[in-house]
Amino acid sequence: MSVDFRKDIFAKERDDNLNEIGKPTRRQDILGHVTGRSPFFDDHRFDGLLHIKCVRSPHHHARIRAIDTTRAETMPGVVRIIRGSDVPVNLNTLLSLLDFGKDDEPVLAESKVAYMGEPVLAIVAQSEAQAHEAVAAVRIDYEVLPHVLDVEEAIKPGAAVVNETYPGNKFEFYGGNDHQKLRFGDVAPAFARADHIVEGRYQMAPIEQAPIEPNGAIAAPQTNDRYVCYTSTQGLFFSLGTVAKLLNVESNRLHFIGGTVGGGFGGKVDSLCEPLAILGAMLTGRAVRYVLDRAEEMQVSAPRSAELWYVKDGLAADGRIIARQLTGYFDSGAYTRLTGYGVVKCIGHLPGPYTIPNVHSDAYCVYTNRTPATAMRGFGVTAVDFAIERQMDKGARALGMDPFEFRLINAYRDGDMKAHRRLAGNCALIESIQAAAERVDYPLGAEFRAMTSMSGGGGERALIPPTRTERLGMLPAGTSTVEVKTTAPGLVPQFGVDLPVPATGLPAPSPTPTPVPAPKAPETRATTYDYGASGLSAPPAPKEVPPATEPAALTKSQPGPVTPKPRYSRYSSLGNRRR
Amino acid sequence: MMVKKPLEFRLNGTEVAVFADEAENLLSVLRAKVGDLTPKYGCGQGGCGACMVTIDGRTVLSCITLAETVAGADVGTLAGLSGERLDPLQEAFMDGFAAQCGYCTPGMIVAARALLQHNPTPDRDQIIEAISDNICRCTGYEPIIEAIQSVVAQERAGGS
Repeated sequence: MSVDFRKDIFAKERDDNLNEIGKPTRRQDILGHVTGRSPFFDDHRFDGLLHIKCVRSPHHHARIRAIDTTRAETMPGVVRIIRGSDVPVNLNTLLSLLDFGKDDEPVLAESKVAYMGEPVLAIVAQSEAQAHEAVAAVRIDYEVLPHVLDVEEAIKPGAAVVNETYPGNKFEFYGGNDHQKLRFGDVAPAFARADHIVEGRYQMAPIEQAPIEPNGAIAAPQTNDRYVCYTSTQGLFFSLGTVAKLLNVESNRLHFIGGTVGGGFGGKVDSLCEPLAILGAMLTGRAVRYVLDRAEEMQVSAPRSAELWYVKDGLAADGRIIARQLTGYFDSGAYTRLTGYGVVKCIGHLPGPYTIPNVHSDAYCVYTNRTPATAMRGFGVTAVDFAIERQMDKGARALGMDPFEFRLINAYRDGDMKAHRRLAGNCALIESIQAAAERVDYPLGAEFRAMTSMSGGGGERALIPPTRTERLGMLPAGTSTVEVKTTAPGLVPQFGVDLPVPATGLPAPSPTPTPVPAPKAPETRATTYDYGASGLSAPPAPKEVPPATEPAALTKSQPGPVTPKPRYSRYSSLGNRRR
Repeated sequence: MMVKKPLEFRLNGTEVAVFADEAENLLSVLRAKVGDLTPKYGCGQGGCGACMVTIDGRTVLSCITLAETVAGADVGTLAGLSGERLDPLQEAFMDGFAAQCGYCTPGMIVAARALLQHNPTPDRDQIIEAISDNICRCTGYEPIIEAIQSVVAQERAGGS
């Protein structure tokens, strides 16, 4: 099997004497795969292996009044029943290790359950069958609470509070913002002068990764006071760090072995099984295996989040999109997992691969009483792409244009300024559309066949337009904004403010007070999103700092110097690992 | 006290004897009792094919096969396919990049070998039919079909 390279496209940009690319090569691990000897986590055997099965919530949302394990405890084979109170640190958020989000999810629910299938107890037994039987013998007295399963219902006043850490049912991004913004140009006047307005509402369902190998882990005590854990995780160190935090043990006492993963697709980063398998091994002194069965895999292992999008386009009669407004709601389910991060990724992807001079977008990570959502193949990007591309088809229809040609007119060219203030380079949408059309004998007009990504971009299209923001009003052309939490301790408030900066560079941290506009109202705490410049963000405020709306915060001195650290680069590298 | 039953069968031509739990499935016996780890647990419901083995040459899903039903039978797994040399199917899967994560691969190759045992010259549709019980989630069906076709072509060339 070889790859067909089009030599006529981007010929000048490519060196053709490649040694590996385009040539078949054998995978290093494939001999193990075809002989069935690749060591998946479940291919490790231990004497006296114990098995975990969880007691799970039958309700979307309920308070736990009482748990009765009397009968289960005396059932054959039951070795230990683990409760939330047995978990040393029973609250976490997956990206807390990267300083993103607040701890909001227990390993085992203690006071309430927030989604159907949420684990409440883990039963450790000598066989899986015995664990199942003991699970069925547990009695839990629930007070059923009102639930909410729809993102728009969840953010209405008076909606059931899904997640007490975020009482408004919305994730808080840096600076306490309840959504992520993208502002580029000014959409309102552009809509006013547009020849056509096209609007759409798009709903994408959650998608289960469904790897053939389920999530699982086997943990065993070692003689050197360490615990070995064979795991299906997609991120060994990520999972190790998560367990070290939850179980309050030094990470060097945990020895994770994995890397042979029977399909992941994002569904094996949540570290669902490792904490309980290792805790089980600690509490029993035996090897413990915790594997989701297929029903659990479908019901409680996290899918890609559902997304709801509203898209409004302003179109000129000649086929140009002159304004696009997007509002999106990600359904995070009951807890954050990786959906907040998915929203950040999404904002960096908008408004799709098209050069649009006026863009306005708000994206929310919303909590509902559904299964928590997480990573899944291009999460944050693929679902909104569906919305955008359906919207493109709608736009073409409104204009009476061919949908391919409408896309070709608006596609990024090299040198164009993207709405998130990066110059587009190595664009290939035009060439991809042309190649696809050719393959299926789709007739494109001569001028469209002649288009190329390498011309027509740059110049005026490379400029950042004057941009309207809620907080600062109109920013002059060529400026961007940067979220600054701390430049010099004690001098600048510890919460996010917008500073206009030249697009060519970031302001140097200044030892003198930087004049910053005071926040006007709570909603204006929202900062203008800038993907690249946010590297200047400082660590979040310590908990004792008063909320940003209190003017006292402006003058309150802050403890010790804080070194601004690059943040997005770290998230990006995490995202790149997750495929 | 759980009742255990003695169970004897041949696994890849070798006699084995184990004590099976009541209602224990064949997959569990093979993996936990005998130690043949080539069949995989994927769904436990007979839906994915990762646990596929043969009984007297016919493919079955071992996760939904009662262990006691194989008493005295010939059970075949991927482990029985290669001795000193790999099976041509294994070579073809390696050459054709017909495995990505590798989890469905044992079941795929067992299904393919059973097909060629009964029909050495299947056409493309018969190959697709033969692996239709086996799910691959890394979307590798086409390379898998091509790998099997290449073995058919090889064996046909070698035989004539």
